[in-house]
Amino acid sequence: MIPADVDYYRPATLEEAVKMLQNYGTEAKLLSGGHSLLPILKARLAQPEILIDIGHIPGMSGMVMENNAIVIGALTTHHEIASSPIVQKACFLLAETAGQIGDVQVRNRGTIGGSLAHADPAADYPAAMIALDAEIVLTGPEGARSMRAENFFEGAYETAIVGNEILSSVVVPIPPSGSGGVYCKAAQGASGFAVCGVAATLTLGNGTIESAGVGITGVAGAAYRANRVEEALAGLAPTAENIETAAAHAADEVDPLEDFYASADFRRQLARVWTGRALAQAAERAKS
Amino acid sequence: MEISLSINGGVRSFDVEPRTLLVHLLRDEAGLTGTHIACETTTCGACTVLMDGQAVKSCTVLAVQADGAEVTTIEGLAENGKLHPLQEQFWEKHGLQCGFCTPGMILTAAQLLERNSDPSEEEIRHGIEGNLCRCTGYEHIVDAIQAAAADMKK
Ligand SMILES: Cc1cc2nc3c(=O)[nH]c(=O)nc-3n(C[C@H](O)[C@H](O)[C@H](O)COP(=O)(O)OP(=O)(O)OC[C@H]3O[C@@H](n4cnc5c(N)ncnc54)[C@H](O)[C@@H]3O)c2cc1C
Ligand code: FES
Ligand code: FES
Repeated sequence: MIPADVDYYRPATLEEAVKMLQNYGTEAKLLSGGHSLLPILKARLAQPEILIDIGHIPGMSGMVMENNAIVIGALTTHHEIASSPIVQKACFLLAETAGQIGDVQVRNRGTIGGSLAHADPAADYPAAMIALDAEIVLTGPEGARSMRAENFFEGAYETAIVGNEILSSVVVPIPPSGSGGVYCKAAQGASGFAVCGVAATLTLGNGTIESAGVGITGVAGAAYRANRVEEALAGLAPTAENIETAAAHAADEVDPLEDFYASADFRRQLARVWTGRALAQAAERAKS
Repeated sequence: MEISLSINGGVRSFDVEPRTLLVHLLRDEAGLTGTHIACETTTCGACTVLMDGQAVKSCTVLAVQADGAEVTTIEGLAENGKLHPLQEQFWEKHGLQCGFCTPGMILTAAQLLERNSDPSEEEIRHGIEGNLCRCTGYEHIVDAIQAAAADMKK
């Protein structure tokens, strides 16, 4: 299994990469870690004429703290995020998400930018990005623009990226003190992808829930925010009963997927159960 | 396309098609057939090598992506004819039967011990998730990695 014949370019800067996209249009594909793209090319599910390898562009990887947020370069690998002391301390949910992707070899190569741009409906990061209210930054010929993660995922493998844009970074607000976050999933046995993955954050104040963030992946055509669950929790005490009642709304607003791994009904049930588990654990972490 | 990379300590240059996979470069061009290829779909880990110290599945890396990198294959693990403690302990503890998964398994284990010199059994099992073995049932592999970790601390 080898990819079809293809030309290969390696731009030295982000600007140069955007120019190449402008020049070559739909014949070209960006290559980051290659851990979604290369399997597709090997199976000949896609045959671009040109690969634009952005994997070596300096300044596009790594994490910095800025204005109470972690700014993560698109090329930062899953391993780097999972093992970063900064992320583990400031935003444990994100490190926990990255650490559950695939296996160690996949985490060594795969990048957050590649994962988000690929928008696999069963990918893990999208749920975390939505729960954490992250901003996704896209750089194109006219410069950079950013958007909230929940508006970025439009469907299976479909995002708000238009034309010659490159996902250049992600801005993740640091959760306030008094909050707890969790990512957990029912994983496919072989690949580890999420049949249902739930990212939940809870911020407590005076013993009640001030705010909740719930992002769910694997269940519908695109990762989504469980608005009904979040609304149902606001102002309540984080008791097991309140959490269970709220979690029952986890799949209210979506049409669950149906495939080899799970029926639509089972996915709906998984969404409720795993949302309940995630919230209960988030409440524990918020208290400690 | 001209690329050059360090393989087991020696820098070598190759003229490759961009679509060439790293595993084929290593096996067919560099003649290092210790890197095995099985599933070809990023699942089994038999093709695992170290690239700049990180375990990667070489069936899912283009050779051109490894341009300038330092690659270590199973052939490069022994030093001056002395087997690596992992190689010794896979031998000692029967960490292999057919041996097909072994080169990849050992390189993944080498990185695991690099990142965590004293892993628990659970951490070892989690760490070799990306490497499948159809023979051993993993018990002896875990034993071998634990024993090698102890040896390396001496
Ligand atoms: C065996 C296996 C198991 C896996 N398990 C999981 C799992 O459990 N959970 C999970 O979430 N994922 C999983 N993955 C997917 C993995 O996380 C990929 O690394 C990730 O989805 C893609 O990142 P990449 O850097 O490898 O992107 P690439 O493969 O290089 O690119 C993916 C796509 O995005 C485009 N692209 C890449 N970078 C950018 C950018 N900066 N801007 C715009 N477009 C871009 C490319 O053109 C391509 O279409 C698994 C993959 C494998 C092979
Ligand atoms: S041959 Fe590369 S992972 Fe199986
Ligand atoms: S020893 Fe045969 S596959 Fe592992």
